[in-house]
Amino acid sequence: MKEEAPWVMRTYSGHSTAKASNELYRLNLSKGQTGLSVAFDLPTQTGYDSDEAVARGEVGKVGVPVSHIGDMETLFAGIPLDRMNTSMTINGTAAWLLALYIAAAERQGVDPKVLQGTTQNDIVKEYLSRGTYIFPPGPSLRLTSDTITYTVTQVPKWNPINVCSYHLQEAGATPVQEVAYTLCTAIAVLDTVKTTGNLSAAQFTDAVGRISFFVNAGLRFIEEICKLRAFGQLWDELTRDRYGISDPKLRRFRYGVQVNSLGLTEAQPENNVPRIVLEALGVTLSKNARCRAMQLPTWNEALGLPRPWDQQWSLRIQQILAYETDILEYEDIFEGSKVIEAKTIEIKRMAWTEVERVLDFGGVISALNYVKEQLVASLTERQRRINGGEQVVVGVNSFRETATSPLYNGESSSILKVDEEAERDQLTRLHAFRAARSQAAVTDALSTLREAAVNGTNIMPVSIRCAHAGVTTGEWAQALRAVFGEFRAPTGIGGAVVARVANGNGDGAERLEQLRSRVRKSADTLGRPLKVLIGKPGLDGHSNGAEQIAVWCRDAGMEVVYEGIRLTPEQIVASARDEGVHLIGLSILSGSHLRLVPEVMAGLKAEGLTDVPIVVGGIIPEDDARELRAAGVARVYTPKDFEMMKILSDMVDVAEAAHA
Amino acid sequence: MSIQRPPIDISTLLRFERKSIAAALNLLEDRRPARQAQALALLDDLTAFPAPAHIVGMTGPPGVGKSSLISRLIEIAACEDRRLAVVAVDPSSKVSGGALLGDRGRMQVPPHAPVYIRSFAARDRLGGLSREAFAAVFLLRHLCDVVIVETVGVGQSETDVVHIADTVVLVVQPFSGDVLQFIKAGVMEIPDILAVNKADDELLARKAMADVQAALSLERQAWARPVLAVSAATNLHLEDLDAAIRAHHHHLVSHDTLTPKRTEQTLAWATSEVLHEVGRRGLQTLGGPDGVKHFWAQQPAQWSERHRLDALLGSLHWHHTHTE
Ligand code: B12
Ligand SMILES: Nc1nc2c(ncn2[C@@H]2O[C@H](COP(=O)(O)OP(=O)(O)OP(=O)(O)O)[C@@H](O)[C@H]2O)c(=O)[nH]1
Ligand SMILES: [Mg+2]
Repeated sequence: MKEEAPWVMRTYSGHSTAKASNELYRLNLSKGQTGLSVAFDLPTQTGYDSDEAVARGEVGKVGVPVSHIGDMETLFAGIPLDRMNTSMTINGTAAWLLALYIAAAERQGVDPKVLQGTTQNDIVKEYLSRGTYIFPPGPSLRLTSDTITYTVTQVPKWNPINVCSYHLQEAGATPVQEVAYTLCTAIAVLDTVKTTGNLSAAQFTDAVGRISFFVNAGLRFIEEICKLRAFGQLWDELTRDRYGISDPKLRRFRYGVQVNSLGLTEAQPENNVPRIVLEALGVTLSKNARCRAMQLPTWNEALGLPRPWDQQWSLRIQQILAYETDILEYEDIFEGSKVIEAKTIEIKRMAWTEVERVLDFGGVISALNYVKEQLVASLTERQRRINGGEQVVVGVNSFRETATSPLYNGESSSILKVDEEAERDQLTRLHAFRAARSQAAVTDALSTLREAAVNGTNIMPVSIRCAHAGVTTGEWAQALRAVFGEFRAPTGIGGAVVARVANGNGDGAERLEQLRSRVRKSADTLGRPLKVLIGKPGLDGHSNGAEQIAVWCRDAGMEVVYEGIRLTPEQIVASARDEGVHLIGLSILSGSHLRLVPEVMAGLKAEGLTDVPIVVGGIIPEDDARELRAAGVARVYTPKDFEMMKILSDMVDVAEAAHA
Repeated sequence: MSIQRPPIDISTLLRFERKSIAAALNLLEDRRPARQAQALALLDDLTAFPAPAHIVGMTGPPGVGKSSLISRLIEIAACEDRRLAVVAVDPSSKVSGGALLGDRGRMQVPPHAPVYIRSFAARDRLGGLSREAFAAVFLLRHLCDVVIVETVGVGQSETDVVHIADTVVLVVQPFSGDVLQFIKAGVMEIPDILAVNKADDELLARKAMADVQAALSLERQAWARPVLAVSAATNLHLEDLDAAIRAHHHHLVSHDTLTPKRTEQTLAWATSEVLHEVGRRGLQTLGGPDGVKHFWAQQPAQWSERHRLDALLGSLHWHHTHTE
């Protein structure tokens, strides 16, 4: 039997500077990785230069900073772009980073026509889960449409968009929700492209064929296999019926995978390896629903950023699956299975019902708030089940006994520490770059960009021109912000969540009742009902934790101020001051807690609010937690603290102690 | 009874120091008897100062864009350096008593603009204003040019805002069916201005406007109620909305109706508080709304509304225990 070629193997990586990341990429390629997957830092993803105030402390942290074409050239130095397949996780600024990539290729002497790769470019899931959006939905979809329209003719092998289900599952989506909302996004994008009328019928057909997906795969891997089959079948039907695509090849559901990371635990982190293996197996096992590309998280996912060795371990998992097992030797092994068939049909049916509901709202953009509420409700339900022991998480709520681990001792030595010098390095290079460019050319290019933004001509050609002229990421985004305005996505926490949590049975419900009466009583000590502020400072988009804490605090009877993601420390201080809260809870998962928490504390001090205690939650290595507590933070929580009742009753304690 | 002076310096309030304003509102919310006494004293002290603020109520069904519109009004006010406060009310959960206060997340405050935003849970008032929220407005109207009160309002039971606002703006969205609902529920009597938000698309908006205008066309009033198609998203007609709000204020002032209107509102509020506390029978023992009015007039001139209400409710409890 002829073996099928394996999927593209990637490792999602990038940090510090373009130069450091370039070295990492070359190392990864030498280990047998067959494609690149670029992680950008948060300032780059949200359209800021490395030297802007909001970027401080975030530069080079969770990804590579790319502020201009010089960075892009450095990032791919010595990597021939005509032979590389590059996936870029970029959304709010996707058009810009694609422009930089094309410009960098041109400078390597490569014809853009041969470029292969993917820009993630799915703005809807940014609103719903990932958080690196900039502009309102209308203009954002227009940018997406521009990139699709442009690449179809100018960069024909490029996947201009990877419609994402991955992030929906990470925000709590059930398999049905994941399928439904992802298809709704694809519809919103294709409808937009179609209504612009910029593509001929034949070109539009090509565009449909270029749509690819970025999917999640969790531990319930039979269900996940069925989910992927359902996805494929629905996409086939949808492209045929809604867009009239007759060529079945162009209707194929092409997808890449990153497996579930939400379920990877901080407690007994070695257990994450079997989890990752099983999840990877689910998306590779059956030929008809096999992924085209894969990247895997690492055993230390919930601890912090992975080191090269951790990533190597995950790459080896892929290689063992592809080269040691026999999964690639067979035709589809589930063909004809009644069980798989029935489950697939069930998911299809339920997902389509949900698609129709969203379309009734007028599409996913009009339904944004509804969809976000559904996701938060699902995550609340998951959290409730884990808390109640209904959903077993080995090493977390069950089977917790453990021998001393030789792999992990609780300290931050087992994660990547980004060199603090990197930020300074980046700033020096940025300043040198600005000094060397022609200001006139920049001004000129920016004014054509503005014009295109206003009058609706395709943003790509002018963006490529801006790239060559030396425009920076911040300048590009600022020019468009001035035209398009900025957006704040719904938080989704006001949905039908309470009832579901309150309807919890047994022990959980009783403990919730006890907690509620504690909260009610605290009003006697405090003089008025306990009021808390849950804040998300910095560029961090991880909202799950903050949303859950907010929802549970409300369900415990507290009055909760929550304003969503991406606030400055000044905004958080101003809210705490105006609102007269008894307690501030900050949630930070991006790694910049050591800068942001002290900034909030300094701001509070300046306002004379030293009696308002602070608790912090997120990805906080133990040594940092010690530092924060020493600086006056009342409590620090990390993913291993899954017991919500415990966290909430601590919060009441802290508030009462501070205001006694 | 010796009342401790409030720990808040009125001059800091009048200078719009937000830290002090927050402390004052914390005090107004504080239920402990000693703090309540201080709170009343503070409000009494403030009656000596003018209350220049125009009080604007923004009401309408959930999610129509009330907060987003307020955000735009804040922007406009900031350009003219007008002092503005927002009192944003969100419903409390009947099951847990908790509340999610999310309105301020939709309001952008330009740096250094004199804006103060405070969220209140409706607590035991169904989508309406708690006693604390009323007290907050009583205080804020001495300190600002404009106080905007945001409440969710979908039925007649949720119209507390008419007891406090000089101008009520009802916000609806196109094609929601709300308008017909409102006419049936009698909510259409309430607004002074109608804003059809999310009119991002003029065409959409026009149809909804036609509905609303039809509903209003029967009336004959001194103030012809404007109906505006607006969009917080695209900045459509927001200057017009701001102008309409100010025009209504001007209308009240120039017709000398603002002061009598406020007096009437205060009495209606006090009456509804009595109803809330002791129901119809309780109100009867006081002699109905006229009794309230009579009682009100007899209180010392320097007593704030909030203080008079306390006295009124106090007398009621007295009535109660002694008549049974
Ligand atoms: C889910 C997830 C995502 C989702 C987020 C969805 C969402 N809307 O939240 C998606 C897929 C979008 C995502 C994206 C990214 N992610 Co991510 N993500 C995770 C993951 C897997 C789980 C986090 C989570 O939601 N857990 C569930 C919630 C309920 O738990 P929690 O937040 O930990 O909260 C608990 C406690 O910590 C505590 N708590 C938390 N906050 C608060 C606040 C208060 C007041 C209190 C009392 C308690 C408390 O209580 C909660 C209850 O148990 C973690 C790894 C992991 N397993 O933890 C990585 C992780 C956080 N992500 C990471 C990164 C780098 C990213 C990206 C920046 C990657 C990139 N370069 O683009 C992007 C961009 C995101 C952005 N805009 O900032 C890194 C952060 C590295 C670091 N800190 O150094 C992690 C650690 C993964 C890793 N090892 O690399 N991510
Ligand atoms: N398209 C469009 N959306 C809008 C407009 N105004 C507000 N929205 C959106 O409508 C949603 C609700 O807006 P809010 O301002 O929070 O509405 P609200 O009436 O204050 O909502 P509640 O306080 O929850 O009752 C948000 O997603 C806004 O982005 C508008 O003019 N056009
Ligand atoms: Mg609101």
